Amino acid sequence: MAQSSTKKKPVGTMIVMGLISIALYATLLLKQDLINSTFAQGGWYAFLPIIVAFVFSYFHGGFTGHFWTVLGVEAARKKKEVK
Amino acid sequence: MHDIATSFINLDAITILYLFGVGFVGGLVSGFIGSGGAFVLTPGMMSLGVPGLMAVASNMCHKFPKALVGAIKRAKYGQVDVKLGLILGVSAEAGVLYGAGIQEKIKATYGDAGSNLYVSVAFVVILATVGGFVLYDAWKTYRSGNANSEEKAGKLAKWVQSINIPGTMVYFKSINARVSVLFTIPLGFATGMMAATIAVGGFVGVPAMIYVLGAPSLMASATELVIAFVMGLGGSLKYALHGMVDIRLAMIILAGSLFGIQLGAIGTTYVKPFMIKVVMGLIMVIVLFSRGLMVPVYLSQLGLIDKLGDSSVKLLKNGSFAIMIFALLLGAFIVLRAMWKGRQAERLQHASGALEHGEI
Repeated sequence: MAQSSTKKKPVGTMIVMGLISIALYATLLLKQDLINSTFAQGGWYAFLPIIVAFVFSYFHGGFTGHFWTVLGVEAARKKKEVK
Repeated sequence: MHDIATSFINLDAITILYLFGVGFVGGLVSGFIGSGGAFVLTPGMMSLGVPGLMAVASNMCHKFPKALVGAIKRAKYGQVDVKLGLILGVSAEAGVLYGAGIQEKIKATYGDAGSNLYVSVAFVVILATVGGFVLYDAWKTYRSGNANSEEKAGKLAKWVQSINIPGTMVYFKSINARVSVLFTIPLGFATGMMAATIAVGGFVGVPAMIYVLGAPSLMASATELVIAFVMGLGGSLKYALHGMVDIRLAMIILAGSLFGIQLGAIGTTYVKPFMIKVVMGLIMVIVLFSRGLMVPVYLSQLGLIDKLGDSSVKLLKNGSFAIMIFALLLGAFIVLRAMWKGRQAERLQHASGALEHGEI
């Protein structure tokens, strides 16, 4: 935590990831009818929800990780030694 | 199969906020103990009008990306044993398929109420046994005053580690020993079966890694995220082949749970290892009461006891759901409180260190 005050916070990356994340969610909700009817077909379309989940987790996962860092919520400096 | 076209619910702002909120709390708990949330999310979605299978499928589809993000985060803290997670995960996948088959047979033989009764009784018995033991062990550690010391493998784990079956031995860094995969395969299988039948595979997988294999609590709970990823990915694909995933629900829950899982993972770096057992044991014991409340409802539906009135059934169902929410919230509260105290202690330590070195 004290380290975090001296380290540069990833505000820029957080904003970029956040904007991409918002765009993804906006698309999902605005095009929900088309997405639902396509994904409900199953078969080869089964890979679409899997791909969507990976893409969302990359961008939104990146955003949420940086979000807590920017807020100063970081792991304990002396990490638990687990063997 | 359901008429999928009519199965998609309308999403309003309140529904979205509800799913986001439950996702956040579920993510927080699973970032900390490696599992949790599914037992509230699935019935929670069903209460919104989502068909049961679609609720299970959508939960799965939010679980694997969440577990992936959580596992990556905790791997940065050196808590993940990827090899153990993958080996257990693959055998868990087989357990999921087998468990789903058993579920279908029970449903075909005894109907919905019979299947629900079986699930509830299995849930209560397993959670009472495992959860009770985990809580007792955490209590013993707390009372012994050794909460800060490194965890040691128990008698069973030492025996498992001492067995040498040529051609089956694999070294696992979390255990720091070679263990036969003939022990890990049944454990993974049981985890998958529990995930498929009572939706809480982690409540078997994590204690199994701790007490049977001898992995430290922090590593067991982090490695469970790898198992959850493998199981969730396979399960999602299976349901998606039939078009059962409502990707909107899955991604909205994911939106909340990714905030939660990052926080839960950070929380593990501030707490003493036995806190993993405290949170897990408490949730297990509380949730078993929730399932226990539903047993009279299913017994009444099967005609094994006098028929319950509609108001009694409603009361028991609402009570059961409220207890599940309470269990999850209590788990989240303990995680946040432990994290807050850990951060305060670290700040104090840093300040006193600075004083000693004359920096202040």
